[in-house]
Amino acid sequence: MRHLLSTTDLDRAAAVRVLDTAAQMAATQGRQIKKLPTLRGRTVVNLFFEDSTRTRISFETAAKRLSADVINFSAKGSSVSKGESLKDTALTLQAMGADAIVIRHQASGAPHTLAHAGWTDAAVVNAGDGMHQHPTQALLDAFTLRRHLAGDAGNPDGVGRDLAGLHVAIVGDVLHSRVARSNVDLLHTLGARVTLVAPPTLLPVGVGPWPAAVSYRLDDVLAQGPDAVMMLRVQRERMSTAGGGFFPSPLEYTRLYGLDARRLATLPDHSIVLHPGPMNRGLEISADAADSPRAVIVEQVANGVAVRMAVLYLLLAGDGDTGAAPATGAVPALTSVPTTATEVSPR
Amino acid sequence: MTTQYLLKDVAPLGGEPTDVLVAGGLVAAVGAGAGDAAENAPDDLHVIDATGMVLLPGLVDLHTHLREPGREDAETVASGTRAAAAGGFTAVHAMANTTPTQDTAGVVEQVWRLGREAGWVDVHPVGAVSVGLAGEHLAELAAMADSAARVRVFSDDGKCVHDPVLMRRALEYTKAFDGVVAQHAQEPRLTEGAQMHEGVVSAEIGLAGWPAVAEEAIIARDVLLAEHVGARLHVCHLSTAGSVELVRWAKSRGIDVTAEVTPHHLVLTDEEARGYDPVFKVNPPLRTQADVDAVRAGLADGTIDIVATDHAPHTREDKDCEWAAAAFGMTGLETALSVVQQTMVDTGRMTWADVARVLSENPARIGRVADQGRPLAVGEPANLVLVDPAARRVVVPEQQATAAANSPLRGRELPGRVVATFLRGRATVLDGVPQDDPARPGFAAGRVTP
Repeated sequence: MRHLLSTTDLDRAAAVRVLDTAAQMAATQGRQIKKLPTLRGRTVVNLFFEDSTRTRISFETAAKRLSADVINFSAKGSSVSKGESLKDTALTLQAMGADAIVIRHQASGAPHTLAHAGWTDAAVVNAGDGMHQHPTQALLDAFTLRRHLAGDAGNPDGVGRDLAGLHVAIVGDVLHSRVARSNVDLLHTLGARVTLVAPPTLLPVGVGPWPAAVSYRLDDVLAQGPDAVMMLRVQRERMSTAGGGFFPSPLEYTRLYGLDARRLATLPDHSIVLHPGPMNRGLEISADAADSPRAVIVEQVANGVAVRMAVLYLLLAGDGDTGAAPATGAVPALTSVPTTATEVSPR
Repeated sequence: MTTQYLLKDVAPLGGEPTDVLVAGGLVAAVGAGAGDAAENAPDDLHVIDATGMVLLPGLVDLHTHLREPGREDAETVASGTRAAAAGGFTAVHAMANTTPTQDTAGVVEQVWRLGREAGWVDVHPVGAVSVGLAGEHLAELAAMADSAARVRVFSDDGKCVHDPVLMRRALEYTKAFDGVVAQHAQEPRLTEGAQMHEGVVSAEIGLAGWPAVAEEAIIARDVLLAEHVGARLHVCHLSTAGSVELVRWAKSRGIDVTAEVTPHHLVLTDEEARGYDPVFKVNPPLRTQADVDAVRAGLADGTIDIVATDHAPHTREDKDCEWAAAAFGMTGLETALSVVQQTMVDTGRMTWADVARVLSENPARIGRVADQGRPLAVGEPANLVLVDPAARRVVVPEQQATAAANSPLRGRELPGRVVATFLRGRATVLDGVPQDDPARPGFAAGRVTP
């Protein structure tokens, strides 16, 4: 793995490898001393053209826990706001010796351009680009799903396993969502069945070939007993004429697509509820649902750090540059962690 | 004393090989004895062995962006028309979206004069339909029609004349001077923020979609308006299968509509966007393979009247960036004929006579350009292009005559090569090389072809 631009870059083995590495990282995060020396002397730049405090903090925490030097480069208050091009920003970071660039950009494809235009040698991690992809979000969602739905007493993280046979409903603004695109691809790769649930206005016209079923009716899908329901953030301004007029009112949206206590009660006992945050309480998810024991939303945040540690580790310290799979137990800096990465248990 | 050219064993319109003499600005003689006519004249005689080559009337582009005045950093009238000559053109229509806009007699005369000074091709400025392309008030169309530039084609290209009343008025008003409104069909509300064709690829790669219906809805409205007021309508860069169907229907009703397709819509699809290289960002966007097949069929059966380049040069900084920040448009003057050969002639869909029809005769007729697109007959103005269909070449944008490098065909091998271009008997291109003339300052402009 040279860059992480899209979940379509990952085949099943590569995705499971990231999740297994994340499990090892997560194990270290329960200790009193959380910092590992793995990326000492390496420089990770968080290049954020779009505000996202939680994603930036998550990547910053991940890099620091691996002892990397972290530079936060925000478009606001930098030369970018004075009209500097992505190219010049990239050349500047290259000149400063960035080993990895974590990029968040409002333009779909900007991370792809950064990785392939020849402006920098750094590994590029897509931290969300326009309406395209947000691969680390999908990986942390998969990690969370696997822990809850594919783990057992002997293997609580489900290490070595994929998500085969699980049914995941993704509900909300699929059209504008990079989270939905990343999850559809990754969940499919990991063997899960995906149903997208949205009003027709919030589904892309070209959704047909996606490896997912599509429904306009949340209640019908919940009646199928999905193993997990992933709620997407819906921006209130989408209902306004200026915002595209995608739905008539927040109240109507909530009535048809909001996850509330009544709908939550129809789910099977083992089902969990995910949300990438930040939530619009009372719009796509009620307080009852958000705060219920089924909601794993806060846990997603914690898992995000572990998954991003794994991604940075595999890009910068793994043997990803050769494209080869890391050798068994190839996490030498983590030797204190009991490795279970080679176990593949049937479920 | 001017040079005479004897084209030996050339195939006019791809027909039986013969000899053609170019002298005195005219096609002076055709036939086995053409050379005899030259011997009686005092001028120098330049003999070209044209065995295996095709002679066509000089190409006429109804849709060129020359960028001057205003964006001389991307292209000038001199560099753009030199590129046109290199591509086999003898006339181009220079689109109105310059700075200042070509919306007054003064600006269209300026562009016309720059074209005359450059001398590569005849430059026919297109007049803006609305003041500043703003879509609100009609520009002084008659003043432009009556100017030295004698404007006959009017377009807000780059923007759609979306107000139905303004479009109706423009269609009506241009009847007074036999003008035509060339519509950039794009419903603006349906394409706010649009980046590429709306479909399977846009859904996957997360770029805002430009739906086919935004083009088709305007074409449907405009053909009905043209019918209602009895006016002539030209549809720019038609790009979808549905648009072909609509134009076919309109023609069957007797509506006076003509349509163009660009070379890039004949050969490229929206799959090109997957790499996020903005060289493939164009408006209207690259469509699907089904659309490509439909526009090829429409061009072959005459539903689509012409191929026009929509040559849109851009600076590196306007393309060397993320997709959403990049400018729309791609160059095409120097590859148009090759693309038409590749997609239409080499596939057996069209003959060379058909190529002359869609790249010369029809655009000249639509633009009311009298001395272009003429038959290859004795006494006609010698606006000609000599093509070697057997040659093949790899596109290297930096080696083209255009000042811009945003060709979407970089690195592709294309068939056909323009060997010579004649503008009223004067060779603007010989042996594939633009004939720069030190006596003409315009000739020195533009990139020198290695």
